[in-house]
Amino acid sequence: MNNLDAKHLELTKVGIEFPTPKGPFCALQEVDLKIAKGEFVSLIGHSGCGKSTVLNIVAGLYQATTGGVLLDNKEVNEPGPERAVVFQNHSLLPWLSAYENVELAVKQVFKNKMSKQEMKDWVNHNLELVHMTHAAHKRPDEISGGMKQRVGIARALAMQPKVLLMDEPFGALDALTRAHLQDSLMEIHQELGNTVIMITHDVDEAVLLSDRIVMMTNGPAATVGEVLNVDLERPRERLALADNPQYNHYRHEVLTFLYEKQKKVESVATKKAPSTKKGQEVA
Amino acid sequence: MKEATMNKVSVLELKKTISSFGNEKSKQIVMAMLLPFIGLIVFLLLWSATAKNIDTSLGQFPGPAQVYEQTTTLVSEHFTEREKAEKFYERQQKRNEARMKVDPSYEAKIRPYTGKPTFFDQIWTSLYTVMIGFLIASLIAVPIGILCGLSEKAYAAINPLIQIFKPVSPLAWLPLVTMVVSAVYVTDDPMFSKSFLTSAFTVTLCCLWPTLINTAVGVSNISSDLVNVSRVLRLNKLDHVFKIVLPSSIPMIFTGLRLSLGIGWMVLIAAEMLAQNPGLGKFVWDEFQNGSSDSLARIMVAVLVIGVIGFLLDRIMLMVQKFVSWDKNAVLR
Repeated sequence: MNNLDAKHLELTKVGIEFPTPKGPFCALQEVDLKIAKGEFVSLIGHSGCGKSTVLNIVAGLYQATTGGVLLDNKEVNEPGPERAVVFQNHSLLPWLSAYENVELAVKQVFKNKMSKQEMKDWVNHNLELVHMTHAAHKRPDEISGGMKQRVGIARALAMQPKVLLMDEPFGALDALTRAHLQDSLMEIHQELGNTVIMITHDVDEAVLLSDRIVMMTNGPAATVGEVLNVDLERPRERLALADNPQYNHYRHEVLTFLYEKQKKVESVATKKAPSTKKGQEVA
Repeated sequence: MKEATMNKVSVLELKKTISSFGNEKSKQIVMAMLLPFIGLIVFLLLWSATAKNIDTSLGQFPGPAQVYEQTTTLVSEHFTEREKAEKFYERQQKRNEARMKVDPSYEAKIRPYTGKPTFFDQIWTSLYTVMIGFLIASLIAVPIGILCGLSEKAYAAINPLIQIFKPVSPLAWLPLVTMVVSAVYVTDDPMFSKSFLTSAFTVTLCCLWPTLINTAVGVSNISSDLVNVSRVLRLNKLDHVFKIVLPSSIPMIFTGLRLSLGIGWMVLIAAEMLAQNPGLGKFVWDEFQNGSSDSLARIMVAVLVIGVIGFLLDRIMLMVQKFVSWDKNAVLR
């Protein structure tokens, strides 16, 4: 299914350099990736390998130094709602309720396209999708971490993005909440058929959710190491898969890549990419 | 039988916890009321003891008793003055009516009462002046602060000016402001008196800086994630400022505003003393020049009132901050 229409989102020879006092720091190099419509792709790799940087380039928050990104044959060079981002730490506006947070996005994306009532319904529909209707009028500081992340996903979905970008969306959650949200995400993906790129460092999460797992080599100058096609039938059941040999084989492949081929050697040289704020100034 | 004893024990325990809880709470309330009260009493005792031992050329330094006495005097003076004013207008009206009867074509003129402003008139003048000066400063400082916070270039351009003008004493500005106001503000029918404008602008010049600096810091410290949300949504500049920047920097802006208002109030009293502009500062200076045996006590009343008003102004700002701040859990003090 991956090669039917692999021209939806194309990353071609993407590389990025950040200026540092000691000269340019090459974070990514020659990243090639073609993603089909409706595909769920995970990026996995050790921390600091530039996964987030890839995502930020697709989002348009960073500008690639070399190469480029095409979405439906149009070059990506600025952020926009058609590439909605679910941030790792939810990034909800703390002074707005869950409803208002989603509403802000809806009002911005669909202004002049929807009537007031349609907007209201659309906000409520998206909150329903992530099972957050009951707490729609609570502020972020009144709800749990998992609920915040749900609202973050609702906000991104409400933009009706062509590509949904998720930056370690469940990284800060406890294991049970994470499992819940993964199930929700699978349901939503099943229902809406979004194209999703998700960053994760959780092997189980990657195998469970993805159609393809893109494994990245260690930085600096990180690039795509291996790509693993996950041919497991959907809908997938967490419990049933636990004993599935195919599933365990995929897990094993990813683990082998991460812990044998790309064994992480902690050194001072492998610096984390500069924060977004810095990136902004660069851009 | 066994059950009954169990019940008894648990009821006893419950009672204990309730009473201990009640004690805890009432203890807290007593502490909260008692400690400031003790502080106040000790201060008053020390004050009256020391005051008796200080002799000045205007007599003994006023203790709490004299100050209380002068407070009542000032209140009664205020009411006598008001009565006088009322009577003055009454007489005027009667006179005018009498003249109208004799000569119907006579157009009555109402002359304003020109009595001396009382202590409370002066308080009102000072309050009004400081609020106007502070308001003008805030309207200038908050937008510039936001600009400095958003753009590093703007900050680099404006920062040297801030650093140079921030430490300037208000009293250095005063002669300049006075001369400029009297040169520029020339009308036949002035809406504001020149002395009012001079005081207000001096306050403005000193209120600008804390608000400006705190706003700039607050805006530049907005979480980069929120900025990214705004970028992904493609909010335009204005929406970005009003929907993302302003709400998230409200706490810092208010810190600046409160500092500014505190400084403004101090500056105003000094400016009024130096420039002889109406207000509490003038009251203090007049009493000093007057040099009667009551003067020191009356000045002391003014000092206390200035302090209380400064405190109240800060509390009011704190209330406004609590009202507009989205983070109702934040501990504000």
